This record gives sequence, structure tokens and C-alpha cells, in this order.
Amino acid sequence: MNEPLSSTWFTVAPHWQWYIVFYFFIGGLAGGCYFIATLIDMLGRPADRPLARLGYYVAFPAVLLSGLLLTLDLTRPLRFWHMLVERNTGEPMFKAWSPMSVGSWALVVFGLFSFIAFLGALAEEDRVRWPALHRFRWPVFLGVRPPSVTGTILAVLGGIAGLFIAGYTGVLLAVTNRPIWSDTPLLGLLFVVSAASTSAALMMLLAHRYRWSMPGIRGLLRMDTWVLVLELLVVIAVLVSLGPVARAWLSIWGVLLLVVVAGGIVAPLVMSWRHLRLRELDVAASAVLVLIGGFLIRVVVIFASETI
Amino acid sequence: MAEPMGFYTDTTVCIGCKACEVACKEWNQLPSTNGGQNTLSGDSYDNTRRLDGIHWRHVKFIEQFPESRQDGRWLLMSDVCKHCVQAACLEVCPTNAIIRTEFDTVVIQSNTCNGCRDCIAACPFGVIDINPVSGTAQKCTLCYDRMQNGMEPACSKACPTDSIQFGTIAELRARAQKRVDQLHQAGETRAHLYGADEQMLGGLNSFYLLVDRPEVYGLPPDPKMPTRNLVSGTVYTIVGALMVGLAGIFSFRGRGAEEAGEVRP
Repeated sequence: MNEPLSSTWFTVAPHWQWYIVFYFFIGGLAGGCYFIATLIDMLGRPADRPLARLGYYVAFPAVLLSGLLLTLDLTRPLRFWHMLVERNTGEPMFKAWSPMSVGSWALVVFGLFSFIAFLGALAEEDRVRWPALHRFRWPVFLGVRPPSVTGTILAVLGGIAGLFIAGYTGVLLAVTNRPIWSDTPLLGLLFVVSAASTSAALMMLLAHRYRWSMPGIRGLLRMDTWVLVLELLVVIAVLVSLGPVARAWLSIWGVLLLVVVAGGIVAPLVMSWRHLRLRELDVAASAVLVLIGGFLIRVVVIFASETI
Repeated sequence: MAEPMGFYTDTTVCIGCKACEVACKEWNQLPSTNGGQNTLSGDSYDNTRRLDGIHWRHVKFIEQFPESRQDGRWLLMSDVCKHCVQAACLEVCPTNAIIRTEFDTVVIQSNTCNGCRDCIAACPFGVIDINPVSGTAQKCTLCYDRMQNGMEPACSKACPTDSIQFGTIAELRARAQKRVDQLHQAGETRAHLYGADEQMLGGLNSFYLLVDRPEVYGLPPDPKMPTRNLVSGTVYTIVGALMVGLAGIFSFRGRGAEEAGEVRP
């Protein structure tokens, strides 16, 4: 595809490749799992609390890994702190109109929320038996789990921050001048929906591995089904919103997009509808398909533009 | 603030000698490609091919020849950073490494850039890229160091035909308009200015006289600011987050109701 389809064809690629693809996927899982854990904490039953804790156990390591991936992607990684501190003045570095600047701060904020939730989950299970923690700090962390007021506030704010992390990456791509990315304003919508579907799938998969059978797992499956329907509609909306630029998908990346839609969205939906009474194998297979599809859709979005 | 300064490039008098490229490389001590190994393009006299972190000037060779090769013309254009009045790179830079100088030019501070490459994706002209030696994003500084000492940028100083002219923007615009009028009178009615007024990104402080459509020269006909998608992208993402939230609430509440026997499994 050499013929320019819009003014965005005159730009050059920023070399955002595998680190960024993995960041988009893992960051989405971090935010999505925290958000789902919040939902379970708010709406679930006491028997579902292990499922909520599972979400927090995923979110914190995932957000740590996200920060590491972003740092490694910099061509001068040791200057990662320039995102947060203005090098020349030493003042906080923040640009409300730059998604990368806002996203850097959001990662810090969400990292704090997920760290507190992670410790709270550990404390609730009494997993760590260090005397010092028990004597001084450990009881504090029990207070950071819902249904306490502090815990509820933290969970809700952290859940919102999680959704922000899941979605801002699409806005970051839109606020460029690159083909496809800046030719539609819907990538943030796509990423936030995809983060929700992959996160629900990951939690279902882990719960399946631990052979859990609490009622919240059915809620996860229902949520994943709804969100996959939404994701299918959003993919169609993205293609429509691209207008003539949609012809850019007439490439290997378009083929991969079709594979993603068929294998990562439609197939899991069919599986979930055909088997209303859950069979364990179906849940695991469906969740794996959703996860692979969620990863590949980021590969497609990134590389379809990077290779123009 | 000093008066806005910039370049006016009259592509009709460019002879493709590449003195500007060499002068830029020498003054700014930019490294060679592939450690100096010969990298001929093989299909053009243009072996630089594009602007990037180590090529801050690039003489484009646009060869307009029919299959018969009986007629045709060369379009030559020395490309460079446009030093936009509304600069996309400066707008998105998350570290404030990109600044606007007292001459209304746009400069990347190499000691602040951390190589996030947001500016590369934002630039509507594809000007910026990473310099592999410094590991930072780099582009033309309009010879900021020379200007601070009252000197002309190296490229325009070296240009033997005055295709690249340096001066105050007001003076350059007046000079460029006279040249367009002259060309029109001589029958070259395709002559027009690209980026010489505020319509394009508030004005390009490096603007061009062209004799064909901008896209023929590899210039975007309608360059835009990246933040045009900020509000709409954010609103759609919030809508998505709300829909995900509703799907979640419905799913987990539905499950509770289902267990109470109100919803069929």
C-alpha cells in the first residue's frame, strides 16, 4: 500500500514495537483485573473474595512489569524519571494534553493503588508471617479491603485508575499523526473493552486452574460474553470510522485482524452460547482464545501502522 | 523575544548539489550512515532517502519522466524541519525536551530527551528520528548555536543558488510572494507557497515554493495537530469504560439474582 490515503501517510514510524505491544496487553490486564476485582468486592458474595484477591494479585505484578517494559522501550532508559520530574527545573513534569505524560503519572497512581490492594489481599489471607508486619503494619492493610469505608474508596478509585490504564493507550496512539492510529478516535474504546475481556478471561483461566467453583466465576463468564459482543461491535466501528484509510488493512495485518475477530471474539462467543451449562474444558479453551485474541489485536493495531 | 526567523526554500532554483546536507552534517557533527559504508539507493541520485536523526537536511530528487524518457523534469527540494508555529512534537513531548527558542524555532534538548519517540509519531512531516549515537530524538535546530552568535545557519550559508534563504519570517514571506508573482508572469502558473501563512499549523517557519502538488514532494497536503483526537478519543474511551462498567455490574448483579432464582441459568 504505497498510495497515500491521508496526510498521515507522510509521517514516519516511531519504532513502537514488541515492548509496546506487550505493555499494551499487560497494562490492560493490570487495569482490567483490578477493575473486575473491585466489581467482585462491591457486588460479589463473601465466597467470591478469593476471586477478588486473585484480581489484585494479578494487577500489581502486571503494573510493575508494565513500568519495566516502558522503561526498556526508551532509547535512554536511565532517563525514565524525566517523565515525572522536569530535568531542568526539578519540578513535577505534567502535561494534561499529552497522553504519554498523563499516562506516566497514571501508572504511578495506579501502581500505588494496586500495591495497597496487593498487600491488603495478602493480609486478608494472612500469607505473610513476618512478626514486624504483624506488630506494626499488617492490621492496617486489613482495613484497606472492602467493605471497610477506606477499602471501598480505595477499590473504587483504583478501579477507575485501572480502567484509565487500560484505555489511555488507545488515546495515546490517536494523539499522533500516524496512519490508522490517528485516523480514528476509537482505539481507546477498543483497548478498554479488550482489556476487560482479556482480564475476565485470565481470571477465569486462573480460577479454572485452581479448580475454584465460587459463584463469581459465572459472573466473570457473563461479563466476558457481554464485553466480547461489545468488542465485536467496536472493531466494526473502528473499521467504519477509518473511512478510505480502512484500505490500509488490505495487507497481512488485515488477514490477522480477521483471524483475531474469528478466533479471539466470535469463537469464544459461540462457545459460551452453545454451552450455557459450563463445561470446564470449554471455559479454559474459550479464555485462552480470548487472551490470544486480545494480544494479537494489539499486534495488529501497532504493526499495521508501524509497517506503513 | 527576537523576531521570528526561518527558512524560505525556493525549489525552482535548487540544483541538487547537496551542499546543504554536507554543511549541516559538518557543522552539527552528525555521524555517517552505517559507519561510512557506501549505501547507494540504486534507483536514484538520492542516496540520503529521508530525514532522520543523522540527516537533518535532505535534498529530495523527484524524477518525473514518462516511460519513453523523451520528456520530463527533475523536481529538487531541500527538505528540513518546518519549525511549525504550532509544533506537534513540542506539544506531545512528555519531558519538555522540546522547546521553542527566542527565534520562534523548535529545538530538541538532547540532554533531556529520553527517547520515548512520541515526537516521531506526532510530527506530521516525518522529520524527527532517533540519532543512534546519542540515543535521543534529533532534528534540525535551525543552527541554534550559530544563531545565538549572530551567524546564519550552515545550510543556507552553503547553498550556492540561494534556494535556501534565511531571514526574518516577515521578510522571507514578502520575498517569496514576489518570486511567485514573477514565476506566474513567466508562465509557471503552478508556482505556489507551502506553509507561508497561518493556515498551516499556525505557519511554517521553514516554508517552500513549489511547482507541483505538495504530495509530489512528499509533503502532506493537510498536516494537522495530533491533539485533534484528544477530546474525541477521551470521550469514546470514557464511553467504553462506562459500558464495561455496566456490563460488569449487570453480570455480577445478574449472577446474584440468578442464584436467588430470579433469572434462568
